[in-house]
Amino acid sequence: MSQSKGRFGIHGGQYIPETLMNAVIELEDTYNRYKDDPEFNAELTALLNDYAGRPSRLYFAEKMTKDLGGAKIYLKREDLNHTGSHKINNVLGQALLAKKMGKTRLIAETGAGQHGVATATAAALLGMECVVFMGEEDTKRQALNVYRMKLLGSEVIPVKTGTATLKDAVSEAMREWTKRIDDTHYCLGSVMGPHPFPTIVRDFQSVISREIKAQLLEKEGRLPDAVLACVGGGSNAMGSFYHFIGDESVRLIGCEAAGRGIDTFETAATVNTGRLGIFHGMKSYFCQDKFGQIAPVYSISAGLDYPGIGPEHAYLHDIGRAEYVPVTDDEAVEAFEYLSKTEGVIPAIESAHAVAYARKIAPQMDRDKIIVITLSGRGDKDCAAIARYRGEDIYE
Amino acid sequence: MSNISGAFEKGKAFIPFITCGDPDLETTAAVVREAVKNGADLIELGIPFSDPTAEGPVIQGANIRALAGGVTTDKIFDLVRELRTDVKIPLVFMTYANVVFSYGAEKFISTCRDIGIDGIILPDLPYEERDEFEPVCQKYGIALIPLIAPTSKNRIAMIAKAAEGFIYVVSSLGVTGERKEITTDIGSIVKVIRENTSLPCAVGFGISTPEQAKKMSALSDGAIVGSAIIKIIEKYGKDAAPYVGEYVRSMKQAM
Repeated sequence: MSQSKGRFGIHGGQYIPETLMNAVIELEDTYNRYKDDPEFNAELTALLNDYAGRPSRLYFAEKMTKDLGGAKIYLKREDLNHTGSHKINNVLGQALLAKKMGKTRLIAETGAGQHGVATATAAALLGMECVVFMGEEDTKRQALNVYRMKLLGSEVIPVKTGTATLKDAVSEAMREWTKRIDDTHYCLGSVMGPHPFPTIVRDFQSVISREIKAQLLEKEGRLPDAVLACVGGGSNAMGSFYHFIGDESVRLIGCEAAGRGIDTFETAATVNTGRLGIFHGMKSYFCQDKFGQIAPVYSISAGLDYPGIGPEHAYLHDIGRAEYVPVTDDEAVEAFEYLSKTEGVIPAIESAHAVAYARKIAPQMDRDKIIVITLSGRGDKDCAAIARYRGEDIYE
Repeated sequence: MSNISGAFEKGKAFIPFITCGDPDLETTAAVVREAVKNGADLIELGIPFSDPTAEGPVIQGANIRALAGGVTTDKIFDLVRELRTDVKIPLVFMTYANVVFSYGAEKFISTCRDIGIDGIILPDLPYEERDEFEPVCQKYGIALIPLIAPTSKNRIAMIAKAAEGFIYVVSSLGVTGERKEITTDIGSIVKVIRENTSLPCAVGFGISTPEQAKKMSALSDGAIVGSAIIKIIEKYGKDAAPYVGEYVRSMKQAM
């Protein structure tokens, strides 16, 4: 009798080539051995605190709160982490696990380049070789991050197949892993792919909600009414939601990239426009045609430009525990500019999707309500692309 | 399943892989018939998928060309119906789990039986996920053909015991595509398979020359060739059938 592992309701599983099965089993065994190991956790915590700058700040956005005239808004500042995004939380954990497995080389996919930069950083720190796969289209819209990865000693391979974006980078990283398993760990960047990745990445990112909970208790003496985060594969959202899943009074809102709108084909809003399928190692929701061909999705945000969503999000959607709402390019760009001018914080265009939705709901909420928005990353990388979106050509 | 075992009863089996609809379905039909005429014992018909993660650049290209040409699962079912008017050797589908899942497993697999497909190979469906389709395959008498890889090690016995149809032995690490040399110890993998099942096993991934086909089939029950055939189709397009036929003959003769 075969036994499927890593299920979230009907989602998840391990739909991968046989060649990779022993590798994911080894990863699962290693993770189970170290996840509660005091020495491993002390080592990881030291890196997160002293190297990555945790805990990240929970900042009261007073001007934004006043301007919107409704719920109190707090920003969880993952953008202030070393390397500029939440990705480092997961990468440091996985890189340490890779070391425990005796691996000397990390490979990774990247969309916006944030996960690639984080992986290249961990590889530099821990003396490992690193190869990052990035859609050719994304290497153009995120040229600065390509340079950062190279500066950190990593090789960046532009992926030209398919839509030349995040989906294709994941496919190519999986292909590379089947070629070279002995010395290589695939440092997957989101709560997706085959088991145990969705669980491991969630656990390493859950530090976000653990901190939000403690910080807000200290500042306000209570839980938030809503937690908002952007969702592509869904790692910062899963990290932001995790410790609140049991607190039913807390609304969990994932903001999907609707691109030019969910009534167009140029969208990446998986829960809103996709249906159940099997791809990239997991059963979950995917944007696809009637014959199961994966759709060429679109978003201005390279980090959310993915046709699927992590299996635990699909499950939280199924049981009605989390809401997944679409946010368009236009709304995200406006929020990008709004937060910059209002709070002096330039958010990543990915995170701007969550800011945009907060602008919609905060005014409708009472002043004694509290919203937390996770700013998954900082927006320096997006400035040139947003300028182009606004018709201004600037040199990077 | 008796139909599949028949492919292995006349000596070593030669198994070509062809992506349906590359460059169009008329060419696929002609290529299949030429392959049969020149000694193919079983044919793997690829249903193209937008993101074939187990394929190298050559078969990825065939998938893209076929989909760009407008091929769909339904059109491929029609192709098989038409082929079955004269093609008698076993035919199996090779595709990805989402193609079957999204069509509806019951509908896809029952259609396979109706049109004369003997088995299905899904490279992204390992042993642990067999239950996704296995009960339905059982119901309609379609063999769910498993893959065993050079990294399978302690998993070989388990996979072999549960196998149906034949066993696809992956010759090398990595994705599909030609290789100068196959360095995996195929003999010892086949030995463990033989200890656990009486089903035949064929070796694929990286085989392109008659010498490789001879060597690999000597260690097993047959050889599977994909990328080398796709390259011929890529080169000659709509005129590819006789060239594929010639190639199949040379490979079959060497085995």
